[in-house]
Amino acid sequence: MSARLIWRKSLNVTMFSLTGVCALITVAALFFILGYLVWNGGKDLSWNFFTRLPVPVGEAGGGMANAILGSLKLLLLAALFGVPIGLLGGMYLAEFGGRTIPFLVRYTADLLNGVPSIVIGIFAYTLVVMPMHHFSTLAGGFALGIMVIPTVLRNTESFLRDVPTSLREGAFALGANKWRTVATVVLPAASRGILTGALLALARVAGETAPLLFTAFGNRYWSPGWMQPTSSLPVVIYTYATGPYEDWHQQAWAAGLVLLGLVLLTNIVVRAFLSRGTSFERL
Amino acid sequence: MASTPNAAMPAGLAWSPRALLRRLRGADEIAHLITLIAAAILLLITALLVYQLWIHSAEARHRFGWNFFVTRTWDPVAGEFGALPFIYGTLVTSAVALLLAVPLGVGGAIFLAELAPPKLSSSLTFVSDLLAAVPSVIYGLLGVFLLVPLMRTTVQPALKKTLGFLPLFQGPAYGIGFLTAGIVLAVMIVPFVLSVSREVLLAVPRDQREAALALGATKWESTWLVVVPAGRIGIFGSVFLALARALGETMAVTMVVGNNPKIAASLFSPGYSIAAVLANEFSEATGNLYLSALIELALVLFLLTFVLNGLARLLILITTARGSGVLPT
Repeated sequence: MSARLIWRKSLNVTMFSLTGVCALITVAALFFILGYLVWNGGKDLSWNFFTRLPVPVGEAGGGMANAILGSLKLLLLAALFGVPIGLLGGMYLAEFGGRTIPFLVRYTADLLNGVPSIVIGIFAYTLVVMPMHHFSTLAGGFALGIMVIPTVLRNTESFLRDVPTSLREGAFALGANKWRTVATVVLPAASRGILTGALLALARVAGETAPLLFTAFGNRYWSPGWMQPTSSLPVVIYTYATGPYEDWHQQAWAAGLVLLGLVLLTNIVVRAFLSRGTSFERL
Repeated sequence: MASTPNAAMPAGLAWSPRALLRRLRGADEIAHLITLIAAAILLLITALLVYQLWIHSAEARHRFGWNFFVTRTWDPVAGEFGALPFIYGTLVTSAVALLLAVPLGVGGAIFLAELAPPKLSSSLTFVSDLLAAVPSVIYGLLGVFLLVPLMRTTVQPALKKTLGFLPLFQGPAYGIGFLTAGIVLAVMIVPFVLSVSREVLLAVPRDQREAALALGATKWESTWLVVVPAGRIGIFGSVFLALARALGETMAVTMVVGNNPKIAASLFSPGYSIAAVLANEFSEATGNLYLSALIELALVLFLLTFVLNGLARLLILITTARGSGVLPT
């Protein structure tokens, strides 16, 4: 072998090893983050953490039941507001739309998807909090709901488009009109993919802190109804991590572990099981 | 659809199954309308977002005009607001993040697209997608308690010793600052660079690789001289996409950047970013001018990400459409 060839071959091996290292570092980051959170937050997880209210600094025990419930309430609102609009909008794009409006909607959805979450928070503040003159669960749910819409819309469109034309033609041949075909044939055929997309969108906003800072705000106690400020897991983690007390830091780790666990679990379960047989990998 | 038989029917027959079926035929139009309304709500929300940011920032826009972007002072008490330190901080932290994340992400993408067996490639991509799903506040948590002490005691002194002659690596090591924020951001955007770049590289047609190999190129030469240049524009697209994420990233940056509105050449210096100042000061802002100055900052952030996202999508669309016709969503 000539020296030139040896050089080229060794370059080949070296560069590909380097790219392998790059991939390894990226992947290892996830396991490191998860491991570090378990290490730091695992020992503070107890039954109390899930069932009790926060206690004053210095007292033992205490939990984050109000933050967990608050997060669930916010997610429920986000789902109620964002999923129907996204779903119907996606149906419009895939089934009913013409040419110009769908292009505009698609472009706008991608744009809205890229808007920083803090800007969404400010938007919700000017639109909901300012007229009401106080922070509320409703405003937080609205902010999260806005973030859910574009994802659900684009997913729904893409999965509806994946349904084979022959299915539609079969329904038409049986005398069904357009909306019956969509509602009873096309939508069920695409339902798993659409559900997957919606759950992933909700898992994503479950970890959002920035849009909640000045909409749902925070609360040391239970938040009655929907019109009061509420605590939520991500905001509590932020407040506790940047606070001055050692107790708070410990609680932040535990809350971080719970949040990360929930988000990752949803992602894994949804991606591994629900998306089986759908073209979800393409997303 | 054109005729409406219901009107001609006796009232008693209107609810018979056949009449109902006929009515459902007209439901096509109703369904069309309902779905159109849902799509229109999306347009409306986006338009409203721009409108709200525009009118609520009116006071600051009229008061400061273009000077807003070149003024260094941020003094809420005196009522003086300049955006320069925040814009500077946003750009510097994002630049650091890109410098670290792009080689890592593109390198990883090359490995996954060219070398790794399909099964390994898809499971590693799965893990990288999970990394993208980790909430930003978790990165902030790790940043505050793990990275900041590490930077203060180990990384920054080491950098000072070796590269201290550069103005970038001078000054006291606080741990917090531009560099730390940039590193946290880098970890957050790597998955985006990686998965989009991989997608782009996979869209390069097989025969391009085979032609290069047939000419005697090594695998690396075919990758680096043929496949990567073919996917160049799409990789740029992934970089813009990541940049747009980095610019708007709030929580993790807020927790480690130091929150001090000053412009310094040193990466060790504490700074501030647009998103961070919004997170910290918005709910405490007293007075209309203060509030509208913050909302103008939000408007700036919105416009920046808007332009970058548009550009990114265009670039990705161009390469993947040219490649195989498979469009990543």
